[in-house]
Amino acid sequence: MSNEERSLIDAIVGMREVEAVELATAQLDAGGQPLDILRKCKEAMDIVGRNFEEGEFFIPELVMAGEILSQITAVVKPRISGDAVISGEPLGKVVLGTVHGDIHDIGKNIVGFMLDVNEFEVCDLGVDVPPDRFIEAIQSESPDVVALSGFLTLSFDSMKNTIDEIEKAGQRDAVKIMIGGGQVDETILRYTGADSFGANAMNAVTLCRQWTAESNT
Amino acid sequence: MSDSAAKQFDERSQRIQDAVELREPDQVPFSTIWHFWPARYAEMTCQEAMYEHSRYNAAVRKAVLDLEPDAFSFMQPTVSMGPAFEKLDFRMLQWPGHGVGPDSTFQFLDREYMAAEEYDEFLFDPTGFFLRKYLPRVAGAFEGFANFPDFPASPYFGLAHATSGFATPEMAQTFEQLASAGREVTGMLGSAIPLVKEMADLGFPTTFGGFTMAPYDYIADYMRGSRGAMLDMFRHEEKMLAAIDKARRIITPGTIGRATMLPSRTVFIPLHWGLDGFMSGKQFEKFYWPGLRDLMLDLIEADLTPLVLWEGVCDSRLEVIGDVPPGKIIYHFERTDPLKAKASLGDTVCLRGFVPASLLTVGKPTEVADYCKWLIDGCAQGGGLIVDGAIGIPDDARIENVFAMRDTVRSYGASG
Repeated sequence: MSNEERSLIDAIVGMREVEAVELATAQLDAGGQPLDILRKCKEAMDIVGRNFEEGEFFIPELVMAGEILSQITAVVKPRISGDAVISGEPLGKVVLGTVHGDIHDIGKNIVGFMLDVNEFEVCDLGVDVPPDRFIEAIQSESPDVVALSGFLTLSFDSMKNTIDEIEKAGQRDAVKIMIGGGQVDETILRYTGADSFGANAMNAVTLCRQWTAESNT
Repeated sequence: MSDSAAKQFDERSQRIQDAVELREPDQVPFSTIWHFWPARYAEMTCQEAMYEHSRYNAAVRKAVLDLEPDAFSFMQPTVSMGPAFEKLDFRMLQWPGHGVGPDSTFQFLDREYMAAEEYDEFLFDPTGFFLRKYLPRVAGAFEGFANFPDFPASPYFGLAHATSGFATPEMAQTFEQLASAGREVTGMLGSAIPLVKEMADLGFPTTFGGFTMAPYDYIADYMRGSRGAMLDMFRHEEKMLAAIDKARRIITPGTIGRATMLPSRTVFIPLHWGLDGFMSGKQFEKFYWPGLRDLMLDLIEADLTPLVLWEGVCDSRLEVIGDVPPGKIIYHFERTDPLKAKASLGDTVCLRGFVPASLLTVGKPTEVADYCKWLIDGCAQGGGLIVDGAIGIPDDARIENVFAMRDTVRSYGASG
């Protein structure tokens, strides 16, 4: 790896936004391959994700890293030829949404971001999502995992209702279901009938990795 | 007030005060913070509670008389705001009938209400910035203020000339809408404040009187949005720190002024962005804790008791947040480990809360009772514990679980 490539990774991981974008632009201008630059970005995001997992980074670093990545992508993408492949096959697909009645999205967005940088394809249904939209998404997207988010206590019943409806639609065995959000714990897991819950975004990634690995063996 | 009610008021107040000052009370206090639970208990919807303040008052009265807590939260100024929000065309949240269903609680909209480029404007002249930029963004009724005259820039004859700004139809409409909203708030408070007096006469003090926020949350929640604030920690560190300090200096005198008008000397400070996970320890110590600590010290200096609700998990913060004067503050914890909190903070602050929202909402009374016993065993020794739900009494808490919490604290938390 060249010093320039190393510097780009260091700048992203070091949250040096201006320097990172300038380095990426300079490498492109010097004839660097767009896909190589995106691969370096991915390498940097892997480090960011690992640092988050290990408690070195927190949500502000994830938000900042995502911001840097989107700026570099905006510079690089116009120079990628149509048939180039940016990334390999995703590890799996996750349908994600905040359940009906709840409009909180911060936790959901962080989970979506962490799944994305960890090579999962994420289908984000947004907030206040009624059960039928989850069911439609299971039919149209064939996800491996459905992730239900909720911050308010009213979301407990909404999560339970969503899972009941998925069951009634005959799709419960087609997916693994995880729940997460402010108050969610073992008690709520039992109440809703989900397969597991995550206390934070990394738990969500770990669960998805585990479930997709199981289904591939 | 009857003699027996007066005696009960004094006993309950003393029980709480003993807990705050880290003395062992005659029994572990049970005190409530709630929003819509009394409405649910009285079979009202959230929408009815927000629009019919007299009925919500009656619901609170019934809940207090039936539950007999050592202190109850006086939440009408937070709950019964529907008519005023409508008159204001308030945009910072969605509430029952306005974006969420009739039986959903109101929900804050996390948005950017001040651009990063506007820090200098806010720092130079916060009042001018609020009048002309901020207020018209957060509520439609304020839109006429977009052209509010710049009086400091127009002295002498200019003061008179500037009054032409008040002659516009937009300004007239704004004043009309604000007066209308103001009448709604006055009417609501006119029926709510006597309830505090009535409940005091029946022997029940309030959990808190005043309300304020951490200076970082003022910037993150109400101005920059959570995402903007997180990015500002990297992009605009110095300006953000200056704005947090400015916010502290703005909110402190207002908080003290409002709080000293009310009978309770306790000020509620719910925190949002300082918990574990939302920022690192270093970021917490740089951006969050200094402003919050200074605010609390100023409140203590004014003979007020900060009641700080630490949402989420704060296990990693315990050492840092223990740097406060002993016996002066209540820390209400949501998911922080009670035993770790007791070990780290037991000699410094009164601990409050802890009973999980999940148990109160979908658990069984026996599970709630078992948890309360475990909590009392672990945290009540030597005093300094007030039992409440982890986020107060959740709107959706089962009635039998709330009473199980009360009954267990009463029976198991009695000294001797």
